[in-house]
Amino acid sequence: MAYISQQFLNMLQLGSLYAVIALGYTMVYGVLSLINFAHGDLFMVGAFLCFVATAKLHLPFVPVIVVAAFGTVLLGVAVERLAYRPLREAPKVSAIITALGVGVFIENFTLALSPYPRHVPEILPNISWNFSGLTVSSIQVLIIVVSVLLMASLDFIVRKTRFGMAMRALACDMKTLPLMGVPVNTIIALTFAIGAGFGGVAGTMYAMAFPVIDPYMGIMIGWKAFIAAVVGGIGNIRGAMLGGYILGAVETLAAVALPSTYRDFIAFTLLLILLIFRPNGILGVPKTLKV
Amino acid sequence: MVRFCTSVLIMVLLFVALTMSGCNQAKDDAIHIGVIAELTGDIPAVGASCKNAAEMAVKAVNDTGGIDIGGKKYPLKLQIEDSAGRSDQAASAAQKLITRDKVIAIIGPNASSGAIPASEIAETSKVPLISPWSTNPKTTLDPRTGKQKTYVFRACYMDSFQGRVLAAFAMGELKAKRAAVLYDVASEVLKGQAEVFKATFEEKGGAITGFETYTTGNKDFTVQMTKIKNDNPDLIFLPTYYSDVPLQVQQARRFGMNVPILGSDAWGSHDLLGLCGKDCDGSYFSSHFSANSTAPGVKKFVDDYKALYGSIPDDVAALTYDSFGILFEAMRKSGKPASEDIKNAIQKITGFQGVTGTITFHEGSGDPEKSVVILQIKDGEFKWFADIKP
Repeated sequence: MAYISQQFLNMLQLGSLYAVIALGYTMVYGVLSLINFAHGDLFMVGAFLCFVATAKLHLPFVPVIVVAAFGTVLLGVAVERLAYRPLREAPKVSAIITALGVGVFIENFTLALSPYPRHVPEILPNISWNFSGLTVSSIQVLIIVVSVLLMASLDFIVRKTRFGMAMRALACDMKTLPLMGVPVNTIIALTFAIGAGFGGVAGTMYAMAFPVIDPYMGIMIGWKAFIAAVVGGIGNIRGAMLGGYILGAVETLAAVALPSTYRDFIAFTLLLILLIFRPNGILGVPKTLKV
Repeated sequence: MVRFCTSVLIMVLLFVALTMSGCNQAKDDAIHIGVIAELTGDIPAVGASCKNAAEMAVKAVNDTGGIDIGGKKYPLKLQIEDSAGRSDQAASAAQKLITRDKVIAIIGPNASSGAIPASEIAETSKVPLISPWSTNPKTTLDPRTGKQKTYVFRACYMDSFQGRVLAAFAMGELKAKRAAVLYDVASEVLKGQAEVFKATFEEKGGAITGFETYTTGNKDFTVQMTKIKNDNPDLIFLPTYYSDVPLQVQQARRFGMNVPILGSDAWGSHDLLGLCGKDCDGSYFSSHFSANSTAPGVKKFVDDYKALYGSIPDDVAALTYDSFGILFEAMRKSGKPASEDIKNAIQKITGFQGVTGTITFHEGSGDPEKSVVILQIKDGEFKWFADIKP
């Protein structure tokens, strides 16, 4: 019983991280139909900012999160302004290649500054609680709670605020929206800012839970979060959250039930099968229906 | 069409210009020695140590006026290439060193994933290659004929030997009966170590409670550690690279597992101490080299290295230094600076006193005979624990 609850907790932790990162992919896709392949690297930059803020500047927890989130927000907005906006009218393929290029650029830039894996010092004292065999660490609780709070607030913003309405409208019709007096560029920049900020916070939490970081850490996590977004239905915010937890669950269960070698293999096979039956993801709607 | 032709022309010209730029080398009478190191990629600390030791070894010889072959002194020149820790780049680096730089011998790559493809190229081009750190059997073994490659050597002992010694050590000194193993399935070396450990441990009557894996880049081992904990082992064997070790040890400790942890030579980087902090205290791992060994030559090597680079040399540095030692010894005995004669001379080396132990080669095999050092991490330092002879 303790074993099963322990694995369930592992699953929630992993799923929360995937879900928060997947939101960055899905929001950008929702408004621009662009897959921001650099998003995994923004996550990595968040982890490195956390490293700088703790190991070099010795800041406490809250400022660390602020530094990491603010830094990635700036980077995300800068990437949008410098790399994606000039290509908004260009063919989709060019934009995707640019996104890949930006990702490789960020990786190699970090690599040039710090090729070595880095150790992130403990920011919050790690406390473990033991409930008859089940070990719950404070970091696991923190990751799950912060992720759920972030997701709930984003859901609220998108559904209940004017900015959220503008975002949803942009997803429907980008050509007509400026005629209604909506500042399209500002909305897009804000979308990037929120997505990047989420990536940065996820990077910080990841660095706290798994405190050895390196410039390539964002690649695999980025792919997985992207897949989580696709499974949930890319462009759909609740879908990304659902997809994150589904991927976390599938990965954990695959490793529990079978030798851990097959973890990614099983996880990705199941996802491929799911996509055959639901090509638009679980909560996704086929584009043609919107017209 | 015009645009297409011009772009092709420009590419051809660029290609020719770039390849030509390398052609005016190798005209002086300096002997070129190639080094392939993992300067970027997953294990940059390994590449950095290798480069440092290589530069130090070559400088020492050049300071005496060069190497004495058949009564003539030849200065040495190093050509260092980066493998980025990748197989394809290691192979192209070997190709480049042999065809463009005309090196007489190659030291490296260190990681087996790079050493195996590079050794194929060295073997077919008949250029001696000594890998300082590659412990995988396939580095010196030709998979097609099942025989040993003739131009490929290593300065370290092999995975199979290391896995056997570690299993014996776990059961003997550490009195373990139930061991769990977690290893990186993407690395041939680590997989080899894990498999040999498992086979030996079971053969001697122990039980392997868990044989868990992950792939390079994973940082979340909570699922595997939860599984391992559930089976209650009295030892955990982690044949994993030093950058993954801290996360695994920390997650094991966080789940309340306080059993001894044993590692392999992949732990042997001083960066581990900084990355792991207190969590790794008390763990053991096998190594090729101990800086506090009292063997002749070690103190001078450690002092010289420290004076130049400000840090204590790790096992990659020591093995690279010994690879150069073996190569220089062979060059002096070869009679003339030719790849084939050097290869023949390396095969005849017996009782070479290196900083990682006494090294002996036997004709027809690129694998040396030497001892395994077991180190313990204690108070933030690598401490010598035991020396295990074959």
